[in-house]
Amino acid sequence: MRKVYLDNAATTPLLPEVRESMLPFLDELSGNPSSLHDWGDSAREAVAEARARVARLIGAGAEEIIFTSCGTESNNLAVKGLALARQNKGRHLVASAIEHFSVLHSARTLEKMGFELSLVPVDSSGMVDPDDVRQSLRPDTVLVSIMHGSNEVGTVQPIKEIARITREHKVPLHTDAVATAGNIPVDVGELGMDALSLAGNQFYGPQGAAALWVRPGVRLIPQFDGGVQEGGRRSGTENVAAIVGLGKAAELASDNMTVRMGHLSRLRDRLLDELPRRIDHTVVTGDTTSRLPGNASFCIEFIEGESILMMLNSKGVAASSGSACTSRALKASHVLIAMGITHELAQGSIVFSLGVDNSPEDVGYVLEVLPPIVDRLRQMSPLYARFIKGSKGGKNARLQ
Amino acid sequence: MPVYSEKVMEHFMNPRNVGEIENPDGIGEVGNPICGDMMTFYIKVKDNHLEDVKFKTFGCGAAIAVSSMTSEMAIGKTLDEAMKITPGTVATQLEGLPKNKLHCSNLGAQALRKAIEDYLNKNRAQGGGKND
Repeated sequence: MRKVYLDNAATTPLLPEVRESMLPFLDELSGNPSSLHDWGDSAREAVAEARARVARLIGAGAEEIIFTSCGTESNNLAVKGLALARQNKGRHLVASAIEHFSVLHSARTLEKMGFELSLVPVDSSGMVDPDDVRQSLRPDTVLVSIMHGSNEVGTVQPIKEIARITREHKVPLHTDAVATAGNIPVDVGELGMDALSLAGNQFYGPQGAAALWVRPGVRLIPQFDGGVQEGGRRSGTENVAAIVGLGKAAELASDNMTVRMGHLSRLRDRLLDELPRRIDHTVVTGDTTSRLPGNASFCIEFIEGESILMMLNSKGVAASSGSACTSRALKASHVLIAMGITHELAQGSIVFSLGVDNSPEDVGYVLEVLPPIVDRLRQMSPLYARFIKGSKGGKNARLQ
Repeated sequence: MPVYSEKVMEHFMNPRNVGEIENPDGIGEVGNPICGDMMTFYIKVKDNHLEDVKFKTFGCGAAIAVSSMTSEMAIGKTLDEAMKITPGTVATQLEGLPKNKLHCSNLGAQALRKAIEDYLNKNRAQGGGKND
């Protein structure tokens, strides 16, 4: 059976070159970069090289990169670390309603400590209006956190405009760029934010290595107490092999970005165009122009996402969903709900996230196997039966 | 994939008794699309037995497997026996359900019971059922 992996937003495959770069640090003794001997020296040099490569990916200085273990850790360190460092100036936070839980829940934790959180809404395409960010700012606002791109609906936010506003008001802006860094051009100088999270497993690096970039001069309270690794901002022995892999992945992303984006957006556009034509009552979620090159996300009416995923998996296709039934908390995706999508429609969420390994044949296969799956589930659905009875054929007869 | 038993997967991939019954003797509907799962059960009654049971379900893999299993357990049973089918007995027959799915998706027995009650109510109103 054909295997088609379209869940790159969850984690990307490791590129062979990245794997190669990591092997010496797994096969042979990898020293501790803090140690004062040859083994330590080679580990330290390798981490330094990776740091330079990650810095180049986002147009930053190498010393401004803090290595962490994952995107969630970077977001926790940024939100808590920046807010706590400025709490003598105020205790008001601003974030968008569609942030990743690692940002939202970090802000919720700060709320329990006495901070206040204002959520900026999004429109039906998942876009933040920079003016809403401006409106939400107060004299006691100490941090704004707005994501760059949504892994769920693909919408890429107008970060440059938002950064202009936060700069005017002298409030630091953190951007969760986990979905964008390494996938679309991200230049911290050009965009103008003050802190940025990225993760290697979103651009063909290994799981277990990520980074937080912080603009020089911006204070940060460490969230790990320990030694003085990462300039004392993130203590703990470095995951050397994974960091080396992250560095290699960053280098490959810098060098191949234009080609990758062209490849992915061609595949994405075919899915976005053809799927709603082949499956009636299917809507594209997210912005159609300001969009991640690899994201093709939809809501399919009358059926539920977990059932779709299970049937797709039985055909060898991996995807994702924001339906209530697929979440551990059994709640519909807060991103879809914030966009004004009804709970009922959100149940039919399906997210395809493409990667560099995907081919036009993969997309063709999905376009071939998905319509019969939808048909089968709709034949089981009381909502669909009710809809058909209500409309008595008409244009919906085409669904058969 | 969610951690489903082989039995759940088998019923999900090959659900029994999907559909509607024309002129059913009873209909039972539970859940709503907002909470995630919705099930409609249709029954045909003959000589106080469930001659046929069919369902339509909107929901996750567990919801579909639960509906299928419930219908299979119910067909051929007397109304009294069928009323004794519970979410617990359905889950056991399915070799277990993930903890977080035990309540929301396990509505089959409730939908079946509602369909039987619907039949009994109609019967009472008519002063005796056509099939009794």
